[in-house]
Amino acid sequence: MALLDINGKRVRVDVPDDMPLLWALRDELGLTGTKYGCGMALCGACTVHVDGIPMRSCSATVKAAEGKRITTIEGLQGKAAAAVRAAWQKLEVPQCGYCQSGQVMAAAALLATNPKPTDDDIDAAMQGNVCRCATYVRIRAAIHDAAATMGA
Amino acid sequence: MDDQAMAVSRRDMLRAGAAAAGGLLIGVRLEGAEPPVNAALPAPFAPNAFVRIGTDGTVTVISKHLEMGQGAYTGLATIVAEELDADWRRVVVESAPADAKRYGNLQWGGMQGTGGSSSINNSWDQLRKAGATARAMLVQAAAAQWKVPPEAVTVSNGVLRHLATRRQATFGAVASRAATLPVPADVPLKAPSAWTLIGRDVPRLDTAPKLRGTLQYTIDVKRPGMLVAVVAHPPVFGATVASVDDAKARAIPGVVDVVRIPTGVAVLARNTWIAKQGRDALAITWDRSRAKTRGSAQLVEAYRAKLEQPGGVARREGDVATALAKAAQVMEATFEVPYLTHATLEPMNCVVELKPAGGAELWYGAQMQSGDQFGVAAALGCAPEQVVIHTLPAGGSFGRRANPRSDYILEAVEVAKAIRGRAPVKLQWTREDDQAAGWFRPMYVHRVRAGIDAAGAPVAWQHVIVGQSPMAGLPGVAEGIAKAGGVDDASVEGVKNLAYTVPNVLVENHVIADAVPVQWWRSVGHTHTGFVVESVIDELASMAGEDAAAYRRKHYAGKPRHLAALDLAVARSGWGAPLPKGRGRGLAVHESFDTVVAEVVEVTVKPEGGFTVDRVTCAVDCGVAVNPDVVRAQMEGGIGYALSAALHGEITLVDGVVQETNFHLYKPLRLPEMPKRVDVHIVPSSAHPTGVGEPGTPPLAAALANALFQATGRRVRRLPIREEFTRA
Repeated sequence: MALLDINGKRVRVDVPDDMPLLWALRDELGLTGTKYGCGMALCGACTVHVDGIPMRSCSATVKAAEGKRITTIEGLQGKAAAAVRAAWQKLEVPQCGYCQSGQVMAAAALLATNPKPTDDDIDAAMQGNVCRCATYVRIRAAIHDAAATMGA
Repeated sequence: MDDQAMAVSRRDMLRAGAAAAGGLLIGVRLEGAEPPVNAALPAPFAPNAFVRIGTDGTVTVISKHLEMGQGAYTGLATIVAEELDADWRRVVVESAPADAKRYGNLQWGGMQGTGGSSSINNSWDQLRKAGATARAMLVQAAAAQWKVPPEAVTVSNGVLRHLATRRQATFGAVASRAATLPVPADVPLKAPSAWTLIGRDVPRLDTAPKLRGTLQYTIDVKRPGMLVAVVAHPPVFGATVASVDDAKARAIPGVVDVVRIPTGVAVLARNTWIAKQGRDALAITWDRSRAKTRGSAQLVEAYRAKLEQPGGVARREGDVATALAKAAQVMEATFEVPYLTHATLEPMNCVVELKPAGGAELWYGAQMQSGDQFGVAAALGCAPEQVVIHTLPAGGSFGRRANPRSDYILEAVEVAKAIRGRAPVKLQWTREDDQAAGWFRPMYVHRVRAGIDAAGAPVAWQHVIVGQSPMAGLPGVAEGIAKAGGVDDASVEGVKNLAYTVPNVLVENHVIADAVPVQWWRSVGHTHTGFVVESVIDELASMAGEDAAAYRRKHYAGKPRHLAALDLAVARSGWGAPLPKGRGRGLAVHESFDTVVAEVVEVTVKPEGGFTVDRVTCAVDCGVAVNPDVVRAQMEGGIGYALSAALHGEITLVDGVVQETNFHLYKPLRLPEMPKRVDVHIVPSSAHPTGVGEPGTPPLAAALANALFQATGRRVRRLPIREEFTRA
C-alpha cells in the first residue's frame, strides 16, 4: 500500500512496496503513456519526473516514490512541455513513437532547468533515452527549436 | 530557395492552415482504443474496402498495413485523400481487419502483411482507384441533388461545388445519397500536376497522441478480467522443460496460475510485475538433451570451412578463375557479420481472448495477418476466419513482428489454451526474453576475390556467401533452395545482381541449416550484401587509383537511377573537398526493394582512439515521394539503425546461450553517436513509388567503412567495427 502524488492528485495503490513505480502507473493506475523498454534504467522509455527531475520509473519502487511529486507524460504541462510538444509536432519527430513519452519528459526537464542548451548539454541530458527508430537528428533539432520558442 | 527550405515552408503553410481551423485536426482511430474526438458518425458511404465517409464529413481510410513508425498510415491515407480531394484535417485512419481477400498485399501473392518496403508500392494503384471512385460517386450524388451535370461539379478540400449556381455541399452532406449509387467501374485518376497532397509534407496522422502518451500499443491493452503472462523460456535453443517446481511462484500474492506450454512455463498474474516475480521464482529443470550448444566462434569456424568448397551457383558468367589469374591486380578478403536482433523498443507481446464458440480475438502489432491467422487456427483447431485480429500500432518492428512461425503470437494462444480461455491473456516479454528469443538476422561469412585489368576496370568478381537463409522459418523454403541448386535468393540479393559491369562473375552460396532461429531484419539480405559489395568496389577504385565516385560512374552497367542518386549525394556532400588528417569521407550506393540510395559518410578518427560519424548525406530515388518528409525520416532512421549495428550490433552465442541480455550489452545507438548532420535529398521522379522503410539501411556500413579507410588506410572486414579500426 502506498500513497502517491501523481499529476497533482493523491492516489492510493494497493501493491507491494517493492513494486517498481512503472508497473504501478501502468497496470494499477492506467497511466500507460509511461512505457516499459528494458526494466534496468537503460532505455529511458519509462521516464517520469520526480520532484521535477527525470527519473526511470522502472527502477524506483512505489515506496521510494511516496511523498514525492510525480509527473507522467499524461500530466506534463508548463512552458517547457508546451514548447517541446510544439517542436516535436512541427519537426515530426516520432516514428513508432514508443520511446517518445520518455523523450518528451527528458527534453522538457532539460529545458525547464536550461532554457538554452548547447549540443553538449543535449547529449548529456538525452543519452539515456534510446530511440530504435533513430529519430535523434530531429530530437536534437526540436530541442533547439523549443528553446528558441521559449526564448522568443 | 533550395529544396529543403521549400519543403519546410510548405510544411509550415499546411500547419498554419490547420491551426487556423482550430480544434482537433487529425486523428487515428484504433481498434480497441477510445475513439478520437472527431470520430465519424456511422458512415453511410463505404464504396470500397478502403474508404468510408460519415455524414459529419469524416473520411476514414482503412489501412491494410501495420503502422510501425514507417509512416504507412499517413502515406496510404494521402493517396486516398488526394484522389478524393478530401480535407486532410478530416481524414482519420483505421486498421483493416485480417481479411486477405480484401486486404491482401498485392506483392505477396495476396497474403495480408507488411514488409519488403511494399506498403505504398503495392497499394498505389489500388488506393488511387479507391479514392477516385469514391470521389466520382460523391460528385454524382451532388449533381443529382442539384440537378446539374456531374462535369459541372468541382471538388476541393472536402467540399463539392457547382460554381454557376453557387451551390456547395460537404462530403458529409451528400454521403448518404452517394451510398445509394452504383459503384462506377473505371474512373479517371488525377494528373500528377493536379496533386495537392502527394509530394507535400502533409502532417502525419499519428503524431499528436505520441506526444501525450495516449496512442495505444499492445502493451497498453487491458481487457476485462485480463491476466498478464510472463513466460520462462529455455536458456538454450532446443532445450525443453523436464520438470518445474512452481510452489514459490504460486505463493506470491497476485499470481493466479502457472501453466506448462510448448515453449516453456507461463506465470499468470493480475499485473505484469507480479507475473514476472512469479516467473523468476520458478525452479525449472531443463532437458538439454537436444539443446543447441554451439557458440558463435564455432559457427564462424564452420562457416569459414565452407569457403573453399563449391557452393550453389547463384550466378556464373565468363571464367572467373582465368580472369583472376590474368588480372593486373587482385584483392581477396573475408568479411564477417554477426547475428543481430531487431530490439524493437516495445518487446514482443500479444493479447488473446478465446471465444466460447471457437476461434479467438487478438490484439497486437500484426505484421503478417494471414500467416498468423493460419498459425492460430491450426493451434486452436478452428477456421482461419475465426481468428479475429485487431492490428495495433507497433513500438517498432524492423521485420521482427512478421515472424514466419508466428512465434510470440502462438505462445500467447498456448497460454490462453492452457487456462482454457477462462480469461483474456496478455503475453508480455521482458527485454531479456526478447533478446534471447532468436529470430535473428543470420550471421554470414563472405569471401571475395576480385581483380582489375591494367586500365583499372573490374574484370573478375568471385563471391562466396555462407550463412542461414532468413527465409528458413517459412514452409517450403528448404525445398525451394534445393531446387535452386542450393542457392537462397534472400542471402545473395544485392550480390547476384551486381550493379557493375564485370565480365567474369561467380557468385556461390552455402546455405547453412541450423537450429538458431533466424528471419528478416530491416533490408534482409541487403544488410550484409550492401556492406560487402560496396566495400569491395571501393577497394577496387583505390587499387585503380581512381576516385570512388568516378569509378562507380564509369563501371555501372547502365543503372541511370544509381547514377542519379550518386550524383545528387556527391554534389550535396562536398565530395572531393580536401579533409584534414584523421578525417575521411566514404561513399556507398545500393538498390533494395526497387529503391536506390546513395550515402556519403564523413568521419573523424581521434588521435586518442575512437571516431565520430559527423555527417551523412543521402540521396534516394523512390519514384514519386508521396510524403517527402516521411521519406526523409525513413532515410534518417535507416541510417541510424544501420549505424547502431555497424558500431555495436552483435548477438554472441556462448555454449548456445545469448550473451547480450539487455541494452548494456546489446548497445543501441544513442543520441550523442548520431551524426549531427543527416541531409536527405530526394531524386525528382514521376515513376511508380517504391519503398523507403528499408533501403536507407544497406549503404551505411559500407560508406562508413570506406570513410574509415580514407581516414586510417585500413579496411573494415567485420561488423560491428572493432577497436583496431578506430585509431588514426
